[in-house]
Amino acid sequence: MSAPGRFGRFGGRYAPETLMGPLLELEAAYLRLKGEPAFQAELAALLKDFVGRPTPLTKAERLGGALGLELYLKREDLAHTGAHKINNTVGQVLLARRMGKTRVIAETGAGQHGVAAATAAARLGLSCTVYMGSVDMERQALNVFRMRLLGAEVRAVDCGSRTLKDAVNEAMRDWAASVKDTHYVLGSALGPHPFPTIVRDFQACIGREARAQILAQAGRLPDLAVACVGGGSNAIGLFSGFLGDTGVALVGVEAGGVGLGPGQHAARFAAGPGGGKPGILHGTFTMLLQDADGQVRPTHSVSAGLDYPAVGPEHAALAESGRARYESVSDAEALAAFDRLAREEGILPALESAHAVAWLCRQARRLQSQLVVLNLSGRGDKDVETARRARGSREGVGG
Amino acid sequence: MGKERIEAAFARAAAAGRAAFVPYITAGDPSLDWTGRYLDRLAEAGADLVELGVPFSDPVADGPVNQRSAERALAAKTTLTGVLDLVGHKRAAGFSLPLVVFTYANPVAAFGWQAFARRAADAGVDAALVVDLPVEEAGEHRAACASAGLAAVFLAAPTTDDARLAAAVAASSGFLYCVARLGVTGAATSLAAGLTADMARFKRAAGKLPVAVGFGVTTPEQAAAAARLADGVIVGSALVRLLEGKDPEANGKALGDAAAALAAALERRC
Ligand SMILES: Cc1ncc(COP(=O)(O)O)c(C=O)c1O
Repeated sequence: MSAPGRFGRFGGRYAPETLMGPLLELEAAYLRLKGEPAFQAELAALLKDFVGRPTPLTKAERLGGALGLELYLKREDLAHTGAHKINNTVGQVLLARRMGKTRVIAETGAGQHGVAAATAAARLGLSCTVYMGSVDMERQALNVFRMRLLGAEVRAVDCGSRTLKDAVNEAMRDWAASVKDTHYVLGSALGPHPFPTIVRDFQACIGREARAQILAQAGRLPDLAVACVGGGSNAIGLFSGFLGDTGVALVGVEAGGVGLGPGQHAARFAAGPGGGKPGILHGTFTMLLQDADGQVRPTHSVSAGLDYPAVGPEHAALAESGRARYESVSDAEALAAFDRLAREEGILPALESAHAVAWLCRQARRLQSQLVVLNLSGRGDKDVETARRARGSREGVGG
Repeated sequence: MGKERIEAAFARAAAAGRAAFVPYITAGDPSLDWTGRYLDRLAEAGADLVELGVPFSDPVADGPVNQRSAERALAAKTTLTGVLDLVGHKRAAGFSLPLVVFTYANPVAAFGWQAFARRAADAGVDAALVVDLPVEEAGEHRAACASAGLAAVFLAAPTTDDARLAAAVAASSGFLYCVARLGVTGAATSLAAGLTADMARFKRAAGKLPVAVGFGVTTPEQAAAAARLADGVIVGSALVRLLEGKDPEANGKALGDAAAALAAALERRC
């Protein structure tokens, strides 16, 4: 039998046997609906009237000017619920409903995907359970409350590192027991085939719109497209619009945490002993932070949405082929960029998105007068408390 | 020995009018030393084969009992190399029951598929079951097992359709692992409602290949009922939870007693 869902040598479907049937069923349903005009029309209407697409492409005059480049921000922070995650959840919940499922489950790190899943489920009339690590529930308490307001049940995950990876574990366990009536709305472009493909396709609206908008607004294709990379869904959504444009450099920015030693970061593409190696986690073969014995390493990032030890397999393939490049910035750099975008552009970015901004600030001298599209994957309201605490500790006053 | 030692164990049990008893424990919980002693306890209690779990940081196919057990084993610094060395020591000391290593894919991938199969076979492991490696992804593993003389066991679940079931049977040697219910490992208060029909389907597809049933078999009564449907009965979480106590010696005694009660329940009395 041939292995489906490969991106180069990465990807595949490394799932427990109980999930194989449901994954094949999902793949078949998706292939059927992808080509069905009625489904696509329903999705397009939701994206337009409910999500608020297309999102604007905003020229960042002041920050761009200060950095010496021409900078455009793709405003996913203006999508309903405040991040790109809704593009995927609306698509997947619609898909689930068409498959006859009555319940969806989701994992969440920052809470943005959980909120987006709860929102789509409420809109489309499915029940929703969200798994969230108890550490993340603490750092994103506001989003926990939002999910509950939206009618979702939030279940705390208290094993392992109590963060995103453990929430995925728990969602997969739930799914194995509930497959008959439940669809698992995976939140990023990872997991077993067909998830990386489905999530990329639902996020491709970002790149499609951005490409048309930059052509209309700047009159040419960008020199560079940049996005932060947690699991990789907002980045692959942006990149997919420019993959065929070989003149457009693609850069993904990972969480460099507090250093590049083992356990201090979530930079799967970082070189050296603390960096990632190809491995298998959550159903896919990809770059993975692991020890010499194949145990998954703990990760750290100030931003819960980037705090994950593996990365979507298509990114692993894009890195290996050289089509895209992956860099990392530290917690401190991301926090500084968070402040800077707020002050210079009047936009509070999500701490995840602030990683992309931080890389651009660091790299600007080498990018003079380039035309850049940066995916502002989400808004930063959820991170205000984290930023306040960080500022407090910087200034030596009580957080 | 591989496949032959496993087939002989199933044949012996069948000849004695029993289903084979296959207890599962996590290697390294609370230490590999203790696991070595627990293997002897299980043998004394009447086990026909033993499944030895390799602890993994992210055991998505396991319920809370096996997760906690893996955490204890990892806290004790258990590695795949260590588990295979333990098997080597046990074989050198005369331990003769067939041993099946139950693992997730990533520790094996990190070790190297070829290197794992060779080292496991050399140590005296008879079969490998990689719980998140479906037949479609198992090309390298199967080739490595075949050339090392290690049996490869695959799973069938209630959600496995007939085409994939046939592929799992064709790829398996030693036995076919039948997942008794939807969900992960863990104790249950009753066997799944559809189990009789599922097992009939699995047995039909398996032909001469023995079928063993696991996931959720907890009490001797459930084990007895499962024994009427399969050639072997696997009990994991119900035993592993006995290792949660503070005193490893007392845990081992509890493990032995529970295993003996389960083994006795597998005599087919009807
Ligand atoms: C605003 C925002 N950006 C980015 C991410 C990272 O996910 P991905 O890499 O899938 O886009 C998250 C995840 O929670 C997020 O909330």
